[in-house]
Amino acid sequence: MIEESASPPDYGLEQPLAPRRTRLEEFWLLFRQNRLAIMGLIIFILFFCIAFTGLLLTSGSDPVFDPSLVRLQEKLRAPFSKPHLETLRPNEIPTLGIYLLGTDDLGRDVFSRMLQGAWVSLTVGFVAVGISVIIGIFMGGIAGYFGQRHIRLDQVLVTCLLSAGAALVFFNQAKWGAVLLVLGHAYIFYLLLMRLIAVRKIPPKRFELLHLDTISIDTLIMRLVDIMLCFPSFFLILTVVALLPASIYNIMIVIGLTSWMGTTRFVRAEFLSLREQDFVAAARALGVDNFRIIFRHMMPNAIAPVLVSATIGIATAILTEAGLSFLGFGVPPPHATWGNILSDGKNFIFDAPWLTFVPGFSILVVVLAFNLFGEGLRDVLNPKLRERH
Amino acid sequence: MNSANHNILQIKDLKKYFPIRKGFFQRVAAWVKAVDGVDLEIEEGKTLGLVGESGCGKSTVARMILKLLEPDEGNIIFRDQDISRFSEKDMKPIRKEIQIVFQDPYGSLNPRMTVGQSIEEGLRILGIPRGEKRRGRLEKLLKTVGMSPDSADRYPHEFSGGQRQRIGIARALSVEPSLVICDEPISALDVSIQAQILNLLKDLQDQLGLSYLFISHDLNVVGYLCNKVSVMYKGNIMEYAPTEKLYEHPFHPYTQTLLAAIPEPEPGRKQAAITMREDIPISAPPPPGCALQGRCPHEAPECRDEKMPFVKVGEDHFVRCWRVGQNGVARYEP
Repeated sequence: MIEESASPPDYGLEQPLAPRRTRLEEFWLLFRQNRLAIMGLIIFILFFCIAFTGLLLTSGSDPVFDPSLVRLQEKLRAPFSKPHLETLRPNEIPTLGIYLLGTDDLGRDVFSRMLQGAWVSLTVGFVAVGISVIIGIFMGGIAGYFGQRHIRLDQVLVTCLLSAGAALVFFNQAKWGAVLLVLGHAYIFYLLLMRLIAVRKIPPKRFELLHLDTISIDTLIMRLVDIMLCFPSFFLILTVVALLPASIYNIMIVIGLTSWMGTTRFVRAEFLSLREQDFVAAARALGVDNFRIIFRHMMPNAIAPVLVSATIGIATAILTEAGLSFLGFGVPPPHATWGNILSDGKNFIFDAPWLTFVPGFSILVVVLAFNLFGEGLRDVLNPKLRERH
Repeated sequence: MNSANHNILQIKDLKKYFPIRKGFFQRVAAWVKAVDGVDLEIEEGKTLGLVGESGCGKSTVARMILKLLEPDEGNIIFRDQDISRFSEKDMKPIRKEIQIVFQDPYGSLNPRMTVGQSIEEGLRILGIPRGEKRRGRLEKLLKTVGMSPDSADRYPHEFSGGQRQRIGIARALSVEPSLVICDEPISALDVSIQAQILNLLKDLQDQLGLSYLFISHDLNVVGYLCNKVSVMYKGNIMEYAPTEKLYEHPFHPYTQTLLAAIPEPEPGRKQAAITMREDIPISAPPPPGCALQGRCPHEAPECRDEKMPFVKVGEDHFVRCWRVGQNGVARYEP
């Protein structure tokens, strides 16, 4: 059809009016005006570099900075003090020649420990937020796009059947559990089969009850969010961490699993408004499939508030990890984190204030930087807030 | 109406009611009859105008034809296939045939996709492989709607409203449809741009043999583009006629009012104004009988009885009004 119409209409071809500028350039032009956000960004990059070099310099069998080297004769030295070289073996001499940030009660170099802890804070922040953002986008996307669909009674029953079966197997009742599991899966298989074969078959009257709508998917997910928000999350994390073996990965996962609710709400709200937009209707009219509409057409438009909440979420996760480590539930002791340096230092707060001030101040600066950067992002990405400065 | 098979689309007794929910248990307090038994037919290669005031259900009809909304009742017959109960899977091959151009050129393009990416979605559906060939088709499409080919790498915010509307048309054409639903495609544009887009639509119809359902509230525009016109009011079709007949001999009081409201281009020329009474709010349950009752200047007691039948008053000319059928007011004999 199109091939035949090679001749364009009479009027000349139209050119775009606005200057050629990518979204990134546009973004940078606006972001540049927010000085605090720029400062946040610089500190963020600096923190990233420090954490990464810190990881390289403090790990391995013979690290450049050894954070766990104990020199009891050199305990509680002030920052910038020179080591007493005569009491130290050659491998115990600090790499920089001085104790840049002092030493702690075991004579370990605080600077090395801070370097090691920076990587912990960074990974906890990013991995935990990564987990929460992935869950949040998934749940929010489903609630926003498919939310109006209802869960049928038979689906609820099958879910109950399957979980009962799994529970029975778990509690050593394998025989009965297996029966329930097989029944559940058989029904799912039957439903799939019917969907593939039957073009449009009205279910028989006696099964009508099974096809009764219960609650909408939106209600289910959003009430789950409400329930999760009811828990005081820090204490929930404390409980979970107390039950699980202490490890940095468990902490990341637990923080991630307890902080996805905000992202879910943002994504759902964005999706609800995007769904009614004409360009989504146009994509549906073209025959684009749901998966592609969600991820190619809608998600890029919904990502801005997620990005903002993720940035601020990183700050919160760093704080949570520091809090956990401070209480002794965090990363196990030989490994340094800013939280446990702070915690160890609190006993010597009058004799050796640098032990509390150095990690405390670092946490403050990094969290503040992330928050400022996040607010700057929000100002730029949300045009409605732009003119307020 | 005759159901000859040269109709590309035929709609029979289409209905869509929206519930108004109230109270704690969200029980249905009332129904808004957005579309209440609409019949339309569009001939192959022709244009049908659908005219009515805002909120009368025009866009709801459009969305039901595209199956973006499920119709409650009635049939949508596209090329001898009743698509009104089709599932998403059944609709796949039909989707390519029916496309839409939206009213709002700002909301109809994805702000995060380049113009090229938006249009390429259609080419992807057609199964054209990525690369040189797809690019060629894309540039040809852009030229067809009068845009320069290098617009493809630009984002929608770099274009004016009229240009965006052209891009929207290019996207609709990308899957090579045979029926395009134009949902008030020019009412958001400047008057000077309106004419350009109208001419473009007309040229495209001549070149590609498209059929249009042209939705508008502007009878002037409809007169320029459409072969036949259906006048809609509160979910009902009030009058259906070839365009010239409708302009020369409007039967329905509502059509007469609409026509009288077209501004005269000559300054100083008096026009016979027909005024209508204030509308009753839509949330109130509509009384039985004619949808226009309460506003009609010629209201009679029988208007309140029951739903009006569609009365034939001439060749291809139908009116839903008691006066025409009964006491022969303004009866038109060709």
